[in-house]
Amino acid sequence: MSIVAEPLVDNPRAPVARLNPVTKLAAAFVVIVGLLLTGDAVTPAIVLGAELLAIAAAGIRWRVFVRRLWLLFVTVGGLGVSTLLFTDQRSGADVLDAGPVHVTTGSLLAATAVILRVFAIALPGIVALASTDPTEFADALVQHLRTPPRFTFGALAAFRLLPVLGDEWRTLMLARRARGIDAGRSPVRRARLFASGVFALLVGAIRRGVRLAAAMESRGFTQRPDRTLARPQRLRAADGLFVAGTAAVVVGATALSVVLGTWRFLFW
Amino acid sequence: MTATVTAPLGIRAHAWGFRHAGRRAWAIRDLDLTVDPGERVLLAGPSGAGKSTLLTALAGLLDPDQSGETAGSLAVDGVPPARIRERIGLVFQDPESQLVMARAGDDVAFGLENHAVPADQIWPRVEEALRLTGFPYGPDHPTGRLSGGEKQRLVLAGVVALRPSLLLLDEPTANLDPDGAALVRQAVGQIVAETGATLVVVDHRVDDWLPLIDRVMVLGGEGGVLAEGDPGKVFAADSERLAAAGVWVPGRLVPPRQSSTGMREPLLAAERLTYTYPGAAGSAVADASLTLRGGEAVAVTGPNGSGKSTLAMMLAGLLTPTSGVSLAQPALRASLPDLPRRGRRTTFDRPLHRWPANALVRAVGTVFQDPEHQFLTPNVRAELALGPRMAGSSPAQASARVDELLERLHLSHLAGANPFTLSGGEKRRLSVATTLATEPKVLVLDEPTFGQDRRTWLELLHLLADLRDEGHAVCAVSHDLDFVSALADRELRVRTGQLVAQKVASGAPGAKRGRA
Repeated sequence: MSIVAEPLVDNPRAPVARLNPVTKLAAAFVVIVGLLLTGDAVTPAIVLGAELLAIAAAGIRWRVFVRRLWLLFVTVGGLGVSTLLFTDQRSGADVLDAGPVHVTTGSLLAATAVILRVFAIALPGIVALASTDPTEFADALVQHLRTPPRFTFGALAAFRLLPVLGDEWRTLMLARRARGIDAGRSPVRRARLFASGVFALLVGAIRRGVRLAAAMESRGFTQRPDRTLARPQRLRAADGLFVAGTAAVVVGATALSVVLGTWRFLFW
Repeated sequence: MTATVTAPLGIRAHAWGFRHAGRRAWAIRDLDLTVDPGERVLLAGPSGAGKSTLLTALAGLLDPDQSGETAGSLAVDGVPPARIRERIGLVFQDPESQLVMARAGDDVAFGLENHAVPADQIWPRVEEALRLTGFPYGPDHPTGRLSGGEKQRLVLAGVVALRPSLLLLDEPTANLDPDGAALVRQAVGQIVAETGATLVVVDHRVDDWLPLIDRVMVLGGEGGVLAEGDPGKVFAADSERLAAAGVWVPGRLVPPRQSSTGMREPLLAAERLTYTYPGAAGSAVADASLTLRGGEAVAVTGPNGSGKSTLAMMLAGLLTPTSGVSLAQPALRASLPDLPRRGRRTTFDRPLHRWPANALVRAVGTVFQDPEHQFLTPNVRAELALGPRMAGSSPAQASARVDELLERLHLSHLAGANPFTLSGGEKRRLSVATTLATEPKVLVLDEPTFGQDRRTWLELLHLLADLRDEGHAVCAVSHDLDFVSALADRELRVRTGQLVAQKVASGAPGAKRGRA
């Protein structure tokens, strides 16, 4: 038995679950394009505020969500600190001057801008992927983005085999111990054991993949162009509105920032 | 609602054969076979007779241009099977590598989507297929949470939903516990009764299928047909010859091999072994205590997923228990070669899971369900020498031991072969031999008879019984009831991680039913 990730959304009628997976991807993409080259703090702050409101209304389980984000928090924290210390924006009044550590209001602002921007860009993508069932995601990709079914559903089937690899790895390591081989305290032997285990795992995975491919082929999984979809994913008016709304927020935030005179291109 | 079916398909093969690319020997050759539409045929025969190759070809999945060379002719409904692949359904042995989707209903729908069935007809056909196979859950049930038998019924449903006119089953119950296997056979019975499809089943174990089939065909190892006809008559007339060829002949008795010498001292004692998988809610094994004695064979039985393999791995000192210990008893320690005095004390007093692997292999030998998991070297001889080498034997000692084992397990002619190229029975014999190479007094085996033909099955039975009578403790995890009743002096039942019952075999010669 393997660990299954706790679902981010447990209510299938939650607003976020009703959106088409492709819509969520498109909205995340709009945010990326809009903020990628924006260097100020105001624009991402407005977008992030709107995102948080949207996430609050989306029916996401906050606790699970925040736990999923710990790596993002660590990354963003590191980015913020290094910007604070090494940015070339040293304008403004001194806040702290202790030897090599020299912080001004200008560098504080730069660090804040980086933190806000990374959060604003990352959150929609994470929500889009984590709130979408892989099967529905594959369905939507094939239906709306016209990805080849052979590739998309092949990848989906492979994805389902991932937890099996974990079990297989445990068995391989036990079997090596049963043959009298373990790493003991030697790091060299540990590395060799790991390498031989990985090789055996790959060989096993390929064999399993070949068997799965044969089973799929025997159930008609070939290049047939008129393949139907059992779970048609619908694009509703709400999906269009959602993407349009996202674009409006990003454009509006940028416009407001320009009007306020705070807007800055990333490389200026 | 009854299942609709197009006319069942007939099969005709004439002097047919197939040779896999890069192999010198033909997998199967000179086969003449006629199956009438609607007929139900069982294909039996020893390992390596080409049964699976034949089924793959019948399903239209053998591509002669890529994978090998064909001879003669093979036709389904008068045409090459590849041309009418959509009307042929094939179920393989391992359900794990046949399920495609994460939810049961989606998996059944997968084939229907591929066959371009209109979306509004897909779900009624999914429902119908799930009903026909007796699938106990709804279409939203996650496939990851099914037992082996349930998975295999779902695979069957995915094939049946396509309304095949010819249904091909390749050892569909080999991976399953007896209850799961019985339910799968029941589902197959229901399917053929309602759809009237032609059925071809490949299986070693003949008698379980007898109520379902009209005709049996026994393929020989060298190609060609050993026997054919009404099951009752075939097995009555040819029982001796077929059994010798490795075929399971229904109703043939084998004298049970319970202990002839009686129990000796305890070798291994497990106290309150418990294991919980990381992240799992309940424990896979809880509070299991047992003692293994020299001269005794213990069988651990229970359904798929009951935790019996996990228990065996802890007992053998391979898997670190969440709590509890497995300890070597004085008689087992006395059997171990001298180690430096201090090392001997510290190592042997520890629980088995804390022993270094090279000391453990001298005390406890473990045979895994899949022999391939244990193979680590490029040839049979090196494979056998590996354990003794790790455990510190001199090259001369190791070499003598290897020769002895090659002889005892009839592997001498394969000493230079790559372990992965051996047949199923040879792989099994090699995996047992590698375990014996370090002369452990305790043997733990996980499903040793899994997928074996009658010949290897009998060899294993007698080998393990001999070892037991020489004073070894033998512990076999198995859902092979015949094997358990022929070998075990004591049976332990496991259900959802708990040892629930113990049964001591009567052991009276001739009192028990076995078969050969």
